[in-house]
Amino acid sequence: MKVKFWGVRGSIPAPGPKTVHYGGNTTCIEVRADDNELIILDGGSGIFPLAQTLLRELPVNANIFNTHSHWDHIQGLPFFIPIFIPGNRIKLHGSFDPISGEGPERIMAVQMQYSYFPVREAEMKSRIDYVTVMPNESLAVGSATITPVLLNHPVVNLGYRIDCNGKSVFFTGDHEPHTNIYSPEDDGFAEYQSLIEEQFHSIVEAIRGIDVLIADSAYTLAEYQTKKGWGHGTFDSSIELAMAAGAKILYCTHHEPTRSDDDLEKVFAEALARHPEVAGKLDIRLAREGEEVVL
Amino acid sequence: MIETSADLTKKLSAAVEKMPAFPKSVQRILELTRDINCEPKELVMVIEKDPVMTMKLLRILNSAYYSLPRQITSVNQSVVYLGLNTIKNMALSFAAMGVLPQQNAAGFDIQRYLMHSLTTASLARILCQKFGRGDTDPSDCYIAGLLHDFGKVVFAQFMPAEFREALALSGEQSMSLHTAEKQIIGADHSLVGSMLVGKWQFPESLADAIRHHHNEISPENTVQSCLFVADQISKKLSMGNSGNLQVEELPPALVERFGDNMDGIIAQLGDLSKVVDEAQSFTKGV
Repeated sequence: MKVKFWGVRGSIPAPGPKTVHYGGNTTCIEVRADDNELIILDGGSGIFPLAQTLLRELPVNANIFNTHSHWDHIQGLPFFIPIFIPGNRIKLHGSFDPISGEGPERIMAVQMQYSYFPVREAEMKSRIDYVTVMPNESLAVGSATITPVLLNHPVVNLGYRIDCNGKSVFFTGDHEPHTNIYSPEDDGFAEYQSLIEEQFHSIVEAIRGIDVLIADSAYTLAEYQTKKGWGHGTFDSSIELAMAAGAKILYCTHHEPTRSDDDLEKVFAEALARHPEVAGKLDIRLAREGEEVVL
Repeated sequence: MIETSADLTKKLSAAVEKMPAFPKSVQRILELTRDINCEPKELVMVIEKDPVMTMKLLRILNSAYYSLPRQITSVNQSVVYLGLNTIKNMALSFAAMGVLPQQNAAGFDIQRYLMHSLTTASLARILCQKFGRGDTDPSDCYIAGLLHDFGKVVFAQFMPAEFREALALSGEQSMSLHTAEKQIIGADHSLVGSMLVGKWQFPESLADAIRHHHNEISPENTVQSCLFVADQISKKLSMGNSGNLQVEELPPALVERFGDNMDGIIAQLGDLSKVVDEAQSFTKGV
């Protein structure tokens, strides 16, 4: 299995000289299963450069898994060139949205309204199927098995575990560890605490023994203090999750759009210094556009 | 006469989806959601005090779309699973459907119904905490209390003429309302309520508790036992009125289960004014 990062930035693309090393595109990860099946995790702006490379291998059979419907995870989809080419087959997987009552079909329908995009959904020439996936219900893509896991974000967010011939990778999408909405003196505190501990445990079990964990590590601990409830993790929460699940490699991603390459390395080094316990157990890296890891 | 068929369940469940919620919760949800920093626990408190909002929320959470590891019985659980913002927006979409009218064609007083449901819910939770054997989550008892008479509000909303007749018959002949409903409508509110939660894949124990809340019940089941006793206490102490003033006797098996008769249990619960005050704060002053 191969994993390649095409977009590692959170919220909004951040191109420019200060982000040229880690990259400015929003979330997109290409995964190739052992029989070269194409799995794409999220369609942020990074899916556009990925699409260029796919034009060499027509017809394209792409299995896109959307973690959630926020712009930085879907904005590249209308520019995913293979959707316009006859003979290509695209499957867009995502969760059911309880507010609209719709599944991933809404992601394209909303973005491709004529005032926002020149080509209408009906004019896409490839074959596109929309698949509403359910938490904990695995599905097969060739030699790979993909298992969605319900995580915590202001909109329903699914993390995806991909297993292929004994190797595995998990991408959180956007995820903030659960926090108790009650104060310790409130009646509901203990009950809520046990619910979130149970949920943390079930997420850890879903990720257990993963080879590569790619996790939302948007904030530093100091930044997080003013951003609670925004739906993102910290370097420290990702390290804690990786250690609890026994992950081998942790890629920190969803870099803040205002964070320069230098600043990113600085806050990353500070986070590592806070966690000497990982030595020899966990290999922690910053996700970087263009980086590829072979499992 | 109605048939207790799959068709009826389908029809009523579709109707419930469009059913507006209670005035106070709609008003509070609209207020709370105007503030991006609203207290999450306040939002939970509002939803869990409204049988319609709770029913709709749990219906979606327990649907096949989420195939959650267990069936969801509390608003707190739904916040942990789907996230606060999603629950907030779901509540807002429920609030956008308007409010249940205070006056309905059945002449059913929804404010007193809500008062009875809320006090029964709180009492069932307290009974579970005090008399439970640690095998049952008190919030399961709360939800059973909150939803046990949901069938009545469905009747009032969607079969007002028949329900009005049943209410009148029950009043005139000192007959229990569920007996009158069976006579006039062909099914009582406990059956309709349990059919709905059954269709929506709520836990079987909840459907059973709603189904049997007027029957002689097995004292082995804590949810059923606590619901039965809570329902009678709420009526006996006139905490609310759900169209049925008949207080049922505690079956001997329940006296044994709680180790006391009704008056004794009430005495053991101590001061219940907090239960009444809390419920009143939510049913009055819209």
